[in-house]
Amino acid sequence: MGRSPSDLGIFIGKRLVQLIPVVFGIIVLTFVITHLSVANCGVWYPHASQATLASCQARFSQPILNQFWTYFVNLLHGDWGSSVTGVQVYPAIAMGVPATLELVFASLFLMIVIGIPLGVIAAQSAGRWGDHLVRIFYLTGWATPTYLGAVIAAIFLAPYFGLPSHGQYTSNPPPFTQWTHMSVLDALLAGNVAWTSDALKHLILPAAVLAFINMGIATRMTRSSMLEVLPLDYVKSARMKGLSEFWVMYKHALRNSLITTTTVLGVTAGGLLAGTVVIEEVFGWPGIGAYAFTAIGGGGAAPNFDGAVAVVAVFAVGVVIANLAADIIYGLLDPRVEWR
Amino acid sequence: MVPATPSASATRSPARDASRRLGLGALTFWRVLRANPLTLAGFLVVAAICIAAVIVVVAPHLLTQYGPDQLTTTYNQPPSLHHPSGTDGNGLDIYSETLYSLPLDLVIAFAIAGVAMLAGGGLGLVAGFWDRPGTVGGVVSVVVMRITDIFLAFPSLILALAIAVSLGRGVWQLIVAILLTWWPYYVRLVRGETLAVKHLPYVTAARAAGVTEGRIVLRHILRNVLEPVVVYFTLDIGTVLVTLSTIGFVGLGLVYPGQAEWGSMMSYYQGFGLITAYPWTVLGPGLAIFVTVLAFSLLGDGLRDILDPRSRRVLAGTGTGAITAAAPSEPALPAGGGGIAIPVESEVPIAA
Repeated sequence: MGRSPSDLGIFIGKRLVQLIPVVFGIIVLTFVITHLSVANCGVWYPHASQATLASCQARFSQPILNQFWTYFVNLLHGDWGSSVTGVQVYPAIAMGVPATLELVFASLFLMIVIGIPLGVIAAQSAGRWGDHLVRIFYLTGWATPTYLGAVIAAIFLAPYFGLPSHGQYTSNPPPFTQWTHMSVLDALLAGNVAWTSDALKHLILPAAVLAFINMGIATRMTRSSMLEVLPLDYVKSARMKGLSEFWVMYKHALRNSLITTTTVLGVTAGGLLAGTVVIEEVFGWPGIGAYAFTAIGGGGAAPNFDGAVAVVAVFAVGVVIANLAADIIYGLLDPRVEWR
Repeated sequence: MVPATPSASATRSPARDASRRLGLGALTFWRVLRANPLTLAGFLVVAAICIAAVIVVVAPHLLTQYGPDQLTTTYNQPPSLHHPSGTDGNGLDIYSETLYSLPLDLVIAFAIAGVAMLAGGGLGLVAGFWDRPGTVGGVVSVVVMRITDIFLAFPSLILALAIAVSLGRGVWQLIVAILLTWWPYYVRLVRGETLAVKHLPYVTAARAAGVTEGRIVLRHILRNVLEPVVVYFTLDIGTVLVTLSTIGFVGLGLVYPGQAEWGSMMSYYQGFGLITAYPWTVLGPGLAIFVTVLAFSLLGDGLRDILDPRSRRVLAGTGTGAITAAAPSEPALPAGGGGIAIPVESEVPIAA
């Protein structure tokens, strides 16, 4: 029975080592998939110069194994490649990751503080109108395509609530050092109240849309596991002790239900990350979602294949790490779990 | 709260289960729908949408007076009785265009989810049933699951976008792009269900009676796995539609005007600042996709409640006890019914 902190360390270490073949598989798969078709440089880059077109042709006319080998050797040397017009991939992605993380964590926070209580309410009124209302709410989010939610929020809700709908700050760059490239955190670190509130105002709308669309899973799982816990004896005895209903629900019942909900929140990482592609593009958020949108040729841009491979692989690695984190939190919440 | 009778939910009587499953006919289905008004509403809207799609293919003039891509002589008109969703700058009637893309969107969605269900489900069945280490089946099973795991690491939308940019624009390219990312979810679901079912006593009994392996899989395992898969499929139609139209929105789907698809329409009309000047142009396609996906989700979500023993208990408690008797006890989906997206197989071993 291993439950000491060092076991946790070994567990995480093992899982990180297991990540290596998965990451390699991810890179291979992304590379193959983005290079499925025959090179079509003239169509992809109609306005490129002759020299650019020639180098594009030279590169894509090689056998795919050679292309991959060149790419992979460069990658091992820390070179993530560049677009056909010569813009480096790595700096752009490194700049974008913190911004995307900020957006995703803000949505996750909203999902937890709104989605989970909604699940509790639904369980309390299971089969009655409260349950139905909650269900309509989360299925509405579930049925809204991200782009529809984003466009409605940016064009109709933003002016209504007087919120900005583009970028991280009203004027860029801000008058302080951006240590983390997370807008709110940087403003806080600089101790600048006005800029913090400005950054928050920019963050709230995209984060809320992302949360609303992905919230359903958390709500549904909370409802489902609350229904499992509520008839148990310990909940009854808590009631008989005379504890208030609020206390019974949120301290005693919810604590047990959260174990399942946590695992499911790890699964939503995929949805949250995929959602950033459209949300960041619509809200002009400078993260890797917007980068991915441009790299894959969204909105009629010329596709950037090195950028697309890198950014898709980064998203996939993000999902794998989120699942690992969910496993760890699950173990911390449930003392029966053995690190192995 | 009325507890379910232990005998109804705790023990399985395979023979009766199987016959009930076969007999999961109109009456049971109606009971399932009646248990929750939202499920019923979802079913009715889904039915209406499917009928409308058939009418559009067979006799479109019943629903609209304009042909596909027929130009009217009115431009940028707000909604009126004559143009329920207005017209755009080219003179296209938005309502007609939205209507004409309905059969295409539905067919693509059903094709993708259907092929993914057959291919992925078949792989999952094989990988789940013949998985003893050291045998050919065991090796195949491990290979299938490792490949599946790698695919599952990708957010499917992002992978589909990457494939779409490589394949180019068109209906077939769109189907292939989404399909390539879609099958792994069915592998995981069906494999999990198969693993849960294959060690049950009735399978051993069938084997003892001399039933061949292939027949056990097709007659005994498959039938017990079918129900959760069908429910997942219902929810999945909505998800495919969302992914499909998102690819269109990003600008890698069908080319509009010319080939109407809701996502491409949204993409076209929200660009160039058209949306602020003529907001009704996005109203048609936006509302269409929202209502369609919502209807499939309501139906699928309600159906899944029936599979979830915890919810079933509550439904039974609200006076529709028929459900408890009618719905066979189900091997619970991994991690509590799977959430909306996908069932989770937690990799953390749990000591009993």
